[in-house]
Amino acid sequence: MKYTLSILVENQAGVLSKISGMFSRRGFNIDSLAVGVTYDPTVSRITVVTRGDEYVVEQIEKQLNKCIPVIKVKRLVEGEFISRELILIKVHCAAAKRFEIIKIAELTGAKVVDVANTTITLEYCETAEKIQTLTDLLKPYGIREIVRTGTIAIDKGKAEVTI
Amino acid sequence: MISGADIMVKCLQAEGIDVVFGYPGATICPFYDSLYDSDIKHILVRQEQNAAHAASGYARAKMKPGVCIATSGPGATNLITGIATAYMDSIPIIAITGQVRSDLLGSDSFQEADITGACEPFTKHSYLVKKTEDLPRVFKEAFHIASTGRPGPVLIDIPMDIQTNEIESFEYPDSVNIRSYKPNTKGHTVQVKRAVEMIKKAKRPIIVSGGGVLSSGAKLKLRKFAEMTQIPVLSTMMGIGVMPSDHPLYLGMLGTHGRQCANEALHSTDLAIVCGARLGDRAIAAPNQMEKRAKIIHIDIDPAEIGKNVKVDIPIVGDMNNVLKSFIEEIDGFKINDEWDEKVKDLKAHFQSKISTFDGYVEPRTLIGKLSSMLKAKAILCADVGQNQIWCANNFRIREGRFFTTGGMGTMGYSIPAAIGAKLGLKKRDVVVVCGDGSFQMSLNELSTIKQNHLNIKIIVMRNYRLGMVRELQDNNYNGRHAATILNEEPDIVALSKAYGIDSVEVSSNEDAEKYISRIVDNDEPFVLVCRVHPDTPSIL
Ligand SMILES: Cc1ncc(C[n+]2csc(CCOP(=O)(O)OP(=O)(O)O)c2C)c(N)n1
Ligand SMILES: [Mg+2]
Repeated sequence: MKYTLSILVENQAGVLSKISGMFSRRGFNIDSLAVGVTYDPTVSRITVVTRGDEYVVEQIEKQLNKCIPVIKVKRLVEGEFISRELILIKVHCAAAKRFEIIKIAELTGAKVVDVANTTITLEYCETAEKIQTLTDLLKPYGIREIVRTGTIAIDKGKAEVTI
Repeated sequence: MISGADIMVKCLQAEGIDVVFGYPGATICPFYDSLYDSDIKHILVRQEQNAAHAASGYARAKMKPGVCIATSGPGATNLITGIATAYMDSIPIIAITGQVRSDLLGSDSFQEADITGACEPFTKHSYLVKKTEDLPRVFKEAFHIASTGRPGPVLIDIPMDIQTNEIESFEYPDSVNIRSYKPNTKGHTVQVKRAVEMIKKAKRPIIVSGGGVLSSGAKLKLRKFAEMTQIPVLSTMMGIGVMPSDHPLYLGMLGTHGRQCANEALHSTDLAIVCGARLGDRAIAAPNQMEKRAKIIHIDIDPAEIGKNVKVDIPIVGDMNNVLKSFIEEIDGFKINDEWDEKVKDLKAHFQSKISTFDGYVEPRTLIGKLSSMLKAKAILCADVGQNQIWCANNFRIREGRFFTTGGMGTMGYSIPAAIGAKLGLKKRDVVVVCGDGSFQMSLNELSTIKQNHLNIKIIVMRNYRLGMVRELQDNNYNGRHAATILNEEPDIVALSKAYGIDSVEVSSNEDAEKYISRIVDNDEPFVLVCRVHPDTPSIL
């Protein structure tokens, strides 16, 4: 099972290494991790996507809560949150193929951010699944380079992760 | 104006610290210079690791954080084993380390070590102080974090310039507010009610108590609850001392090196009430079998321990004092049935261990049993690690005293420095060390500290010329191939002790050992009693 955790932490030096150290030390898996400051500048929000069973994710939550700078941990409920990743993808693209690739971008909602003689670069902000679809579509053209952020996630509707 | 170093001393005074343990060096010199003028007693240990162990012994004796100090780089890294030991044993200590000047940090300067980074897995929390102004808050928080919730070590790393910088004035905060740290001490009312109902329905309940009962100061409540209900009590190694050893309801230590009757009782129970114990692998070797056999109520201040090693039916997060108080109020005269009572008595009688002896040697288990009655009721026994520890755990008859050992980390060399800390914490108590010849040699340098500070600590060395516990493991699992466990050509420990100015004799019979013990218990001098123990003496039975 995949789990998405939202973690509010003190915005201090060393907190990220504390958290990531805890994961690696205890053999917990990190599929992706993203961190950024929240509306309150003293608080950062870490989004971790992890895999495991109910026991494992419960252990992760408890160990996170035990870290002193962790203010709050919330396990987001499948289907009740929005998640996004940002990807920049540079594809090999001779002039003849340019139109095809632009068409793919249009269909998927990706943005063309750079075009050169033999390459084209797309920007895409979507769920991990849709990003997978786009990369699959582009694979046959020859993917040169991919840069992507970790997943960030937010509850739908009224629910929120605040102090 | 006041310097950071002076502030550090004032913070310790504000926390009521009268003794600290440490070892100086360049980057902590400003602090030492301030300490020199203060009324805080500094005990110079002979290796930093022992400063941390001594702080641990002090903390356990005084029931409040102990303080250890080291310089940057090698001084700080020497502390690590001691800090890690306190972490695994859940003992509150404050480790203060000097650090290179802030402007040199990160440049691999002389004696620079990233000690907060290195200690990350072994500290409850740590600080690298950036501003002199932060010192009072950092100290206040450190003491608070170390001593509340599940106790543990907190490290404060202080660059030299932070110690020398001066600020306007000193004011110690009178309260702490850490929004991300609010341990839950109350114990959920509904869960407590459910637990009480489950206890009332149980046919063969048992209490498993751990170090948490001692560190929360709830041992009398636990005893009261057990006596009211007649529920028998087992303890983990860290929990030894929750009940007097001869209490009719006490069955002894459980686990791989525990008492058979304790393990048998655990096998027969239908409800284990686990109090302040984490049920590590030495205590419960096969957790899933236990889950199948019995229901489990687990009470702990650390939510992360509940359900980690063993699946639990009713988790209760809270301070043992509060939870036991509710149990006592709500148990309504419940008592265990006669059948279980009989069975427990049977187990206790049936598994009386018969001890075989070797002529010309001290029988350590008998001696330790005897030692208990020769000491004052409140004596503190510090046991090291190895067979000597198991002999003590199973045979020292605790009355109102304490038993200090490292059950969580199992760090050889713990007992002597821990005894130093305990003695400085509680000067009137008898403090006795039992260690092995291997473990003795890991901290024998502290004889020098004992001598210099005139500490009345009696040390009993169980000399079997072996790393006995590992040797036993090799006998059982490695075809008796004694790889690196033989300590032949060992130094003459009597002469060695005398060289440190501490009187010592070697004995090879229980009779002689007892004679010397009765001669030394009431005098004020330290003493090293070396007991020749046959190498084949087993850990248990
Ligand atoms: C620092 C450290 N190193 C190694 C060990 C592994 N170990 C556990 S018991 C033991 C033997 C202890 O020998 P000794 O102190 O003579 O005690 P005995 O078992 O002979 O009573 C060893 C090496 C340990 N627990 N701690
Ligand atoms: Mg030995």
